[in-house]
Order: sequence, then structure tokens, then C-alpha cells
Amino acid sequence: MKNLRKTAAAALVSSMIAGAAQAEISNDEVRIGYLADMSGTYRDLSGPGGLEALQMAIEDFGGTVNGKKIVTFHADDLNKPDVGANTVRQWIDERNVDMVTGMVASSVVLAAAKVVEQGGKLALISGAAASSITNEYCAPSHIHWTYDTFALANGTANAVLKDGGKSWFILTADYAFGHAMENDIKKVVEAEGGSVVGTVRHPFPSSDFSSYILQAQGSGADVVALANAGADTVNSLKTASEFGVTQSGQKLAGMVVFLNDIHAMGLDVTQGLMLTTGWYWDMNEETRAWAKRYHDRVGRMPGMVPAGIYSATMHYLNAVKETGSDDARVVRAQMAKTPVNDMFAKNGKIREDGRMVHDMYLVKVKTPAESKGEWDLYEVVSTIPGDEAFRPIGESQCQQMAPKG
Amino acid sequence: MTLVFGVPLSVLFGQLLLGLINGSFYALLSLGLAIIFGLLRIINFAHGAQYMLGAFAAFIGLNYLGVSYWMALLLSPLLIGLLGMGIERGLLRRIAGEDHLYGLLLTFGLALIVEGSFVKLFGVSGSPYPMPDLLKGGHNLGFMFLPTYRGWVIVAALTVCFATWYMIERTRLGSYLRAGTENPKLMQAFGINVPLLVTLTYGYGVALAAFAGVLAAPIYAVTPGMGSNLLIVVFAVVVIGGMGSIMGAIVTGLAMGLIEGLTKVFYPEAANTVIFVIMVLVLLLRPAGLFGKEA
Amino acid sequence: MSTRESVQASPMQASAIQVRANAERERRRAARRRQHLFYLALLGVAMVAPLMVYPVFLMKLLCFALFACAFNLLLGYAGLLSFGHAAFFACGGYITGYTLSTYTGLSTELGIVAGTLASTVLGFVFGLLAIRRQGIYFAMITLALAQMVFFVFVQAPFTGGENGMQGVPRGHLFGLFDMQNNMSLYYFVLAVFVLGFVIIQRTIHSPYGQVLKAIRENEPRAISLGYNVDAHKLLAFVISAGLTGLAGSTKTVVFQLASLTDAHWHMSGEVILMTLLGGVGTILGPVVGATVVVTLQSSLSNGPLGEWVHVILGVIFVLCVLLFRSGIVGWVERLIKRNFK
Repeated sequence: MKNLRKTAAAALVSSMIAGAAQAEISNDEVRIGYLADMSGTYRDLSGPGGLEALQMAIEDFGGTVNGKKIVTFHADDLNKPDVGANTVRQWIDERNVDMVTGMVASSVVLAAAKVVEQGGKLALISGAAASSITNEYCAPSHIHWTYDTFALANGTANAVLKDGGKSWFILTADYAFGHAMENDIKKVVEAEGGSVVGTVRHPFPSSDFSSYILQAQGSGADVVALANAGADTVNSLKTASEFGVTQSGQKLAGMVVFLNDIHAMGLDVTQGLMLTTGWYWDMNEETRAWAKRYHDRVGRMPGMVPAGIYSATMHYLNAVKETGSDDARVVRAQMAKTPVNDMFAKNGKIREDGRMVHDMYLVKVKTPAESKGEWDLYEVVSTIPGDEAFRPIGESQCQQMAPKG
Repeated sequence: MTLVFGVPLSVLFGQLLLGLINGSFYALLSLGLAIIFGLLRIINFAHGAQYMLGAFAAFIGLNYLGVSYWMALLLSPLLIGLLGMGIERGLLRRIAGEDHLYGLLLTFGLALIVEGSFVKLFGVSGSPYPMPDLLKGGHNLGFMFLPTYRGWVIVAALTVCFATWYMIERTRLGSYLRAGTENPKLMQAFGINVPLLVTLTYGYGVALAAFAGVLAAPIYAVTPGMGSNLLIVVFAVVVIGGMGSIMGAIVTGLAMGLIEGLTKVFYPEAANTVIFVIMVLVLLLRPAGLFGKEA
Repeated sequence: MSTRESVQASPMQASAIQVRANAERERRRAARRRQHLFYLALLGVAMVAPLMVYPVFLMKLLCFALFACAFNLLLGYAGLLSFGHAAFFACGGYITGYTLSTYTGLSTELGIVAGTLASTVLGFVFGLLAIRRQGIYFAMITLALAQMVFFVFVQAPFTGGENGMQGVPRGHLFGLFDMQNNMSLYYFVLAVFVLGFVIIQRTIHSPYGQVLKAIRENEPRAISLGYNVDAHKLLAFVISAGLTGLAGSTKTVVFQLASLTDAHWHMSGEVILMTLLGGVGTILGPVVGATVVVTLQSSLSNGPLGEWVHVILGVIFVLCVLLFRSGIVGWVERLIKRNFK
């Protein structure tokens, strides 16, 4: 019975016991919650597919840890911070959930992560982009696994600068995430001797980008950068193709673009686009094998987010097995001690600020002629070593570092 | 180079032209809404969903039935218009005598059902609709590069708008319609089948929305939510223009497109909101709207 | 019962009329007593509910029930459909969130008072602008004003924009009781709800409420009788806005979060649905409606039907308009009348 008093008493007693004997799995079950946008804009980024990835990890692990069952819960956060935060609060209060993963929209994640922190649990954030999650909003109770805006901006901007793009025009979504992206891009561009000749901030979300693309063309900049995400990026790219932006010599740089976006837009519109990703399904035998299994279950090829969920969950379960405990602090310390080397990440390690640092990849979208299959969309141009890709810990504004692993 | 408020004149021209293009979209959509409200007194909150249905009908037609864009321009409004007639006959007629606000709520509920179902069926990422070959590419006008398709949008939208206006204000059918909605009993006594006229009118308004949807498919993302974002803007246009006025809807749609276009140059963050500021001002100073006939 | 009648009638007839009058008064008093007993019973259930149901969920119910009741005051009793109530809900929430976050250590109720005051003032401003128009134009003005407020909230740095205002401290009630404790907070929220509910009840059953009813039923007649119709409507609007702000402020304290969802026009649509579903113009209708909608949303989103939430809500909307125009409570009332009279 979900009786509040009973749960409170049980929690008190078990935490006292846990203090004495750390090898203890609460409620004799490892409880994992999956929170994501299941029906809105970010549905194809993580959504039901991400849940499958989580299930795959649990199945591959054997379904139990040291004989204790692994139980999952899932919920649709409807892309709203209040829904996400309340769901997580209820999971922690009523079901004593140990770990929460998925976590897509940055605004939802920031709210939900606070609840996880207050509840003393662990969050493995795979879907969200904002680098502030491990910067000013860092906490020992969450780990940012798959990618972030800093790595994406850094990787893509650097590559385009090297390709000859000196003057930049930035099209920004007018909200915190977009502004942060715009700043990240500015920093990289100016550090490498380039210049930002103009910016325009469009309301979030917008449906018609013709006016902004026209302004970008009018600026005469070498590069038009899109500091937005999701539907806004898709629409910006479509409009850019319509107005012949690349045909007239300007380069297009999309900052937050995912495999499912490219697939949805088609190669006609997106060919030649340079972008950074944390993982791609067609890189080596391991990735292809896992991707095929995912495709058989879900019906689409996985992007980096489900792959990240799989990797994070496996790493977590291994740490639980090693320590025999599902206490958040204990498990996190174990996770930080072990490097991450699986089909998702090579040379991955979890830093004190919660950032999982791993190699990122610079890719270029194939032309329709180059593509041999429905999901044969990227050509991997180069690998960006983890330490170069992510924000150096020295520059971090994180106040609450976890103990060094 | 002449500067207007710090912006070069050529750039301004380009933005104004884009504003005019968007305006013709608004005009088309608000025309359908104005017809439905002005003549039938129904507040059609499902207009955005019907616009979306028009776009999706074109998408489904192309991908599953081999219907080309040009055929879709004709068939999609026909199909969705028929659907609209079914809605009027089956649902709206039951609450015909009640407070208008029930019509608003009913159509709002219908919109939720349609949009929710399409999210389930097609997801939210958007279904790609290719540009028809004939309209690809564009022309360099000197002050900007104008894609051919955008030029086509103005031509198509305004043609349909003025054809509709002409039909309603200048033909006999239109006069029956106007009389029938002002005094149905009298018209009925003259032998005019008023209920049929009402159903056809609603269907026509819905068909206009669907037509706009097909026009939108190649350039805006075809998503289940594409209508709900536009809906309150279109309502604002209709209110500003005057809820009874056909010409008002067309002119105001174009004007709002222009104003929004200018806002995007000087204060882009407010582009989504400027129309509501204008709506409040108009409602306070001229409650019947700029071209309206009654308060 | 005019005195002239009783004077003209015979003594036997006069006493018969008196007896009938007294019986009528007794019946009305008995009905009111039954109603009050019913409310007390509900209150009793509410007092023990958190022992069985997750208290945070119950608090969400109470906040939205208050929101719907406040909205119903305007729609059901003043006859004005506002499409912009989300602005007041969000205003209360953001201002309370801001004061509690910035002045740490401020007691909970002061934070809530700040939010409620802010939304009352906002309601006054909206009301002044909107009251001049009627029907659909009134609804459109409120929508437009709410959209402008939404824009302000998006742009203003203190709201946190898309991320929302997070980690709002719940504070201590009167500086004494720790509101971090869900149970303590629940009883406080229940008290707030009861306060709001009583205010609405008293307003409806007052002479002012009677005038409001007259205005709703026949405005030209009310004007000809000499009532300041605009002032009456404005007062109803301000009360409705203030109580909506109270609901929003309390909700922010419970969830420690205020976000743009609260200000979006979909929120205005949701409260209309709750009121319509429960029964416009009934006292308990909005409470029932809010309970159904909130429960539906949370139970659906966790199950396999999660992706159908909007469709189901839409179907309910349509069915309500077509068949249940008097809402659940109206339907129940009719059932009772048919079977128990």
C-alpha cells in the first residue's frame, strides 16, 4: 500500500541501516524511472524508442542485479517542467525510485534534476542539451551523459571556421537555451579570429523563417549559424534551402541537429550540412550490431540519445552490482571510478561536475547520390577527443562538485 | 544607400515583400473564418485543425495515392470541405440555437481530437512535402532573391480571396447567402433551402482553410500542430478586420502580414505578439473592427 | 405575499397563506442546512484524504479546483467568458515564486499574499479594458491581453523564460510551520481552498450576487433599473482574477516551480473545460470538473493511453457541449430531482 507513513518509516530505518552496512538494495528492487517527451516535439529524439533502449540494457544485463529484480516506470513529461518535476517527485515519494533517465527537454530536466537532488537519488541525463546542466546547475545527484550544447557548438564552429568561415551571422531562438548557444558560438568564433557580423532572435517557436533567412543573406556573412533546435532548426533549414542560401555561397551550420531531423527533412534539403554528434549507428561493427537490434524493435535507426541511455544504464547497473547498493552517492562514486568503454563511448569518464566526457564526432550530411539506404545519412569526417570537445573543468562555474572518482 | 531607421531601403523592400506573402496567407485563412463567423455566427476554433488536415491530405495523397501537388490543390479542399459539411450537419446543427460560445467550445474540442489523433498517427517531427518541380528555384529581384513558390503563394491566395469576395458580394448566390443568414425564415418562405446553404457555406470556409494548408505544405513543416500555432493569430486578424466583413478580413490579413514583417526587422522577438497589441487597440477604439458593421 | 392580500382575504385564508409562507421558509432553511451538512461532510473527507492518497496530488487538485471555482464566478454567475485567465494564474505564481526566492526566510503566507495582490491588480487593469465589450469580443480582448502578458513573462529575466522559476522555497508558515512537510502543507492548502470557496459562496449569496444574476439574465433591464452594470461586472472580474492568482500562488508553493505553461492560452482553455465539464453556474461543478480533468491527465499519462490524452479530453469537451451542457453536477442534480422529489 502506498501509505506515506509506512514509506517514510521504512526510508528512515533503511537509511539508518544503510549507514551501517552500505551493501543494501532498497526495497529489494532496483527501480528505474524513464522520463521523456512521448507525444510532443521531442518524441522522436528519445520518446518510446528511448524506453526500448532502457529495456534492452536491462535485458542484456539479465533482468536482475545480485538477485534483485530491476523494475522500470515511465511517464510522458509533455515537455512541461511542472509535469516532469511532479512525476519525478511522485516517483521518489511514493515508489522510492532509485535512478531516473531519459530526460529530454532542458527546461524539464533542470526542474526534475532539482527534485532528484532534494530526494537524494541519481539522474542520468541523456536527451537534454543545455551545458548549464553541468555548469551553473551542476549537482552530485546527476550526470550528463550523451552530449551538450558546448560540445556541439565547439565542434561544429571550429570545423566550419577551419573550412574558411570567418564572418558569422547567428539566427537564435529567443529563449535561454538559444541565448546560451549564441554565446557559446560567439566565444569560439572570436577566439579563432572570426567575427560575428549580425544576429537575429526569433520568437520560440516560429513557423516562418523567410524574414530571418533574408536578413542572414543580406548580412553577407560567410556562415549562417542556427542557434535553435527541433522544429525551429528544421524550418530554418527548409527555408534556407528554398532561398538558395548555400547555392549563393554561404555555409550553413546547424548546432543542435539530430539524426531523426535529417531523416525527416530529407537529404535534398540538408545535404552538405556539417554537424557534431555524440554517436552514429554506422561507425563500426559494434555500433551497427546494436543499431540493428534497436531497429528491429523500434522501426527506426537509433540516434545518439537512445544509445546514450543504453550505455548509461549498463554502466549504472554494473556499478550497482559492484557495490551491492542502490544508494545514489555510493553508486555514483563507483561509476566515476570506472571508465566508460562500450558501443556508445570510447575513453569515456565521469567528471566531478557530472559531465561524462567522451569522444565526439564531426559529421557531414551525405548527398542523395552518396546515400545507399534510408538511414545512410552521415559521413564521419573526424573524431573530436573528449577533452577537447567539452567545456574544460577549469572554466566551469560548478559549485557543487562530487568527490573525485 | 538610403537608410530607414538604420535599415537599408533594399532590405526593407525585401522584408515588406515577405510580409505581403505571409499576409496573403493570413488573408486566405481569415477569409474562411470571417465567412463562417460573419455569415453563420459560428466561432470555428477547428479552423487551424482543418488547415492542417488540408496539408496532410496533400501529403497522404502524394505518398500513398500518387496525387500530385496540382491535383491536391483541388482535391484536398474538396475532401476537407465535405468533411466540414459533415461536421456542420452532424454536430454544429445540434447547438445552432444556443449561445455562440458553445460553438466555440465544440469546435475547440474537435480540434483537440483531430490534432491529438494526428500526433499519434504521424508523430510530431513533421512530414516532408517536396516543392513541386514547376515552382522550384527563384528569381533575383535585385533587392532580394525571391523563390518562385513564394510568388505563387501571393498569386494563388489573392486570386482565391478576390474570387470569393466577388462571389459573396456580387453574385446572386452570394446575396441569397447574405440574406439567408440575416433572415432565414423569410428566405425559407421564398423557397430557398437555408439549412443547405448554411452547410455549404461552412464547407466552403473549411475548404478555404484546407486550400491554405496545401499551399503551406511545401514551405512550412507539415505537422499536426501547424494549425494551432496559427489559429489565434488568424482570430486576431478577423477581429481586427471586423467579424462580419469579407473585404475586411482580406485587407487586414495583408496589412497584418506587412506589420509583422516590419516587426521582424526592428524588434523580431515581438513578432508573435504585435498582432495582439493591435487587436487590443482596435477593440478599444473601434470595437466593430476596422471594416466591421456592428459591435 | 402582499399585506394587501392578507388584509382583503378572510381570516381563515390569511392564516392559510401565513402557514404556506412559513412552510416555504422552513423548506428553504432545511435545504440550506442539508447543503451545509454536505459541505461539512466533504470537508471531513478532505481532512483524512492525505492519509490514503498522495498529498501532493491532492494539493494539485485543490489548486486547480480553486482556479476553476474562481473562473466559474465570472462565467457562471456574471456570464462573462474570459479566454485569458491563465495570465492571472501565472502572475500569482511568478510573483509568489519571485518573492519567496529573493527574500529567503520570508514566511509562506506573505509570499502568497504578494502573488494574489499582483494578480488582483492585473485583473483590475484587464477588467477596465475588457468590460466595455461583450460576448466574443470580451473573450477576444482577454485573450489578446493574456498573450501580451505571456510575452512579457517570456522576455522578463526573472521568470527564467522556458526553464521557469525553479527551486522556489516553500518557506515557513507564519514563520513557524515548515511547509517542506507535505502533510502540513496539505492542511494549509486545504485552508486556502476553503477560504476561497467561502468567499465565492458569500459573494454569490449576497445582494451583490443577486444583482450580478440579474445582469446576467437581462442586462438592459438591469441598466434600466439603475444598477451600475459596469462596476458590478468589474468587481466580479477582479474577484475572479484575485482568487485565480491565489490558486496560482499556492500551486507555485506546492510544486516549487512556476513556468510558462501556467501563462499559455492552453491553460485558459483547460480551466474552461474543467468548468464546463463540472457544470457552469453550479457551486461544486468546477471542483468536480477540476478533479476529473486533473485525475484523467495524471492517470492517462502513466499508462498506455498516454498519447491519447488530448484526444480523450477533446472527446469529453465535445460530449459535454452536445449532451452534458449543464455538466456533471447539473446532470446529477437533475437525477436527484427526478428520483427523490
